Amino acid sequence: MTLTRRIFLGACAALAMTPARPAYSAKALRVGMTPAFLHTQHGLLAEWRGYMEAKLKRPVEIVQRDSYRETMDLLRLEQLDFSWVCSYPYVYLRKQVRLVAVPLYRMEPYYRAYLIVSAKYPHIQGLAQLRGKIFAYADPYSATGYLVPRYQLRRMGEDPAKFFARTFFTYSHHKLIQAVADGLAHGGSVDGYVWDSLDALKPEITRRTLLVSQSPQFGFPPFVARRGVAEEDFAAVQEMLVMMRYDARGKELLQRLNLNGFILGHSNLYDKVAEMMRAFGED
Amino acid sequence: MRFLLNLSFRYKVPLWGSLLIVATATIISGTLLLRSYGELKSDLLRDATRQGRTMATTLFPAMLHDQVWRAYEIIKAPFGRESGDSPGQAESFVVLDQRGQVYVSTNPETLPMLADFGRFAPEFAALLETIAQPGSETRLLEPQGSDHLFVATPVREEHARLGTLVQIYSKKALHSRFQKSAGQAALIAVLVIVLLLPLGWYWGQRTAVPLVRLTERMEELGRRLPDDLAPELYDYQDELGRLYRAYNRTLHELREKAQIEGHMIHSERLAAIGRLTAGIAHEINNPLLGMLTALDTLRHHDELSPRTLKTLTLLERGLLQIKDTVGALLVEAKLKSRDFLPQDAEDVRTLIEPQARAQGVNLRWDSRLKAPLPLPSSSLRQVLINLLLNAIQASGPGGEVSVTITAVAIGSVDTTLAMVVVNGGRILTEMQTAHLFEPFADAEERGRGLGLWVCYQIVSQLGGNIAVDSEMRDGLGRTSFKVTLPIGARP
Repeated sequence: MTLTRRIFLGACAALAMTPARPAYSAKALRVGMTPAFLHTQHGLLAEWRGYMEAKLKRPVEIVQRDSYRETMDLLRLEQLDFSWVCSYPYVYLRKQVRLVAVPLYRMEPYYRAYLIVSAKYPHIQGLAQLRGKIFAYADPYSATGYLVPRYQLRRMGEDPAKFFARTFFTYSHHKLIQAVADGLAHGGSVDGYVWDSLDALKPEITRRTLLVSQSPQFGFPPFVARRGVAEEDFAAVQEMLVMMRYDARGKELLQRLNLNGFILGHSNLYDKVAEMMRAFGED
Repeated sequence: MRFLLNLSFRYKVPLWGSLLIVATATIISGTLLLRSYGELKSDLLRDATRQGRTMATTLFPAMLHDQVWRAYEIIKAPFGRESGDSPGQAESFVVLDQRGQVYVSTNPETLPMLADFGRFAPEFAALLETIAQPGSETRLLEPQGSDHLFVATPVREEHARLGTLVQIYSKKALHSRFQKSAGQAALIAVLVIVLLLPLGWYWGQRTAVPLVRLTERMEELGRRLPDDLAPELYDYQDELGRLYRAYNRTLHELREKAQIEGHMIHSERLAAIGRLTAGIAHEINNPLLGMLTALDTLRHHDELSPRTLKTLTLLERGLLQIKDTVGALLVEAKLKSRDFLPQDAEDVRTLIEPQARAQGVNLRWDSRLKAPLPLPSSSLRQVLINLLLNAIQASGPGGEVSVTITAVAIGSVDTTLAMVVVNGGRILTEMQTAHLFEPFADAEERGRGLGLWVCYQIVSQLGGNIAVDSEMRDGLGRTSFKVTLPIGARP
């Protein structure tokens, strides 16, 4: 982990010194990234930043935080101009942010929550059988990793706070899969997109988990901008994202992100998330 | 035990040597092994303690904020990717909360979260009791009869204690590692023993065999004079080597002494016999001469009947035969005889040659005398004739007798006469040699058996020496009589 980060920082320094990189005079755009996707792919992130800078013709700064909460705080404090957030934070911050674009996953702007259990407990066939067990959540502000299982429990007439013997947060979908794979938790609810991506990249980890059930689909975690961002910046970033799938370089990056592209979305994609939040008295 | 101590040096020395080698190898490798086990264990515990303290420090905030996953990442980190049976590799790490429940462990399958730690095994329960006692920072626990070593470190900051980190190490890993090194040590020890044992055995034999030989010889010493010890058997200057040389020296002296004694006894016996025979001969001679004179006187009387005369003649012949025999016993070198000339030797040859020819014996004559020698010729001729007759008879048909007569000179003066008569045929037995010069020693085989007796008496009276040497040489018998006489020392 530390090593990868060091390599990443080193790579950034190397990039900074490369004469090929043009010196942009304008103020840097700050783009936040959340653990909504495999945010540990630092090389990919660096390349994406380079792509953005080239398209926007201005410096771009990527800001990574380990929990959704921190990214949300940065948005509220106007420390970020744009950010890729989970659907739950988007709905939570709907009044403070603007929807820029929605990713296309498997040609749809949707994703699902997967209920997974450790391969060591194959007898667990559904959420109901996890009563009194240890359950892993991704993040308190994750729709798929927190809101969905709790909402399902509520629908089953259970109290999510008492249903499990013990719950804990891993603050990353990737780590949640690891926790379930190691048997630390009996089960967990994970972002389906992350599980599928990891399954393609590192099947040796996902193989140790069993996919028990899938939730209905929800709007995919969107790209948002803070309300105060300049209109021309908003338009430029929106165009850059939407046009990504139409040029070769953008297409290649999207492929590595396991996405098909970005589209102009609508906030009603997230009505289901808002509904679940209301059930818990939020929104 | 007594049996072992009574063993021959041939076995005892190599045995003790081997025993020493084996004992040394065993003790050294055992000590090294024991030390290595101790070091292995103390290394493990030192590393474990250090690691435990580091982890406990970072575990505190994780537990404080109830970040189970963070805690799991912290304790899981040391396991990393490299796995194996290195003893530093713990079996599992467990974080316990204040109630003794598993907060998180590296093996969720066997030690799941929330499980009551004390219920898994009696040794775990005992461990919980120990942890519960207030006390020092990190504890090393090695329950009796347990397969595990425990290192327990409290997770705390100042006085706030949140739980305990327990590192569990399997002794099996330690043991298997130890067994591996023990196996290697044993192999090396066996190799050393295999190399050293033959050396030790050889060295033992090298020392023991000469001792054994020496002992055997010494034991023989009482019964007979044993052979010399071959010096090459132990050719060194140490005590054993000196003992060898001393033994050989002693043996040599003993042999010389025995030889001298043998000679003395021999000549004394001969002298005694000589005196006895001379005495008897004189005692017989006196009445004999009287009887012969009386007989002669009687014969000169005329009135003797022919029958009486015949009886007288018979008596006289018998008495004369007694006189001859006694005379032969009463040997006296005729000192008044003339000097011995080279012609005398030739005369003897002329006398003997027909005899030799008649027996089919080849006579080789080698006389190197050139001038007369001041020795009694008649006695010398008698000695020479006796020796030659004996030799011809002993060698038998087809044999050969050789004669060598020399005068040994110092400057221009002859000092010693040497006469050597050699014949082939059967050699003399030890018994024969011992009684060779005694009268009638060999009567059945060689006439009257007085020839050599006479020779001995003459040579002795002339102050000389007569030596016999009879031995097998190259499968042929060879008997030589050597007479040496001093010249000019006429008594």
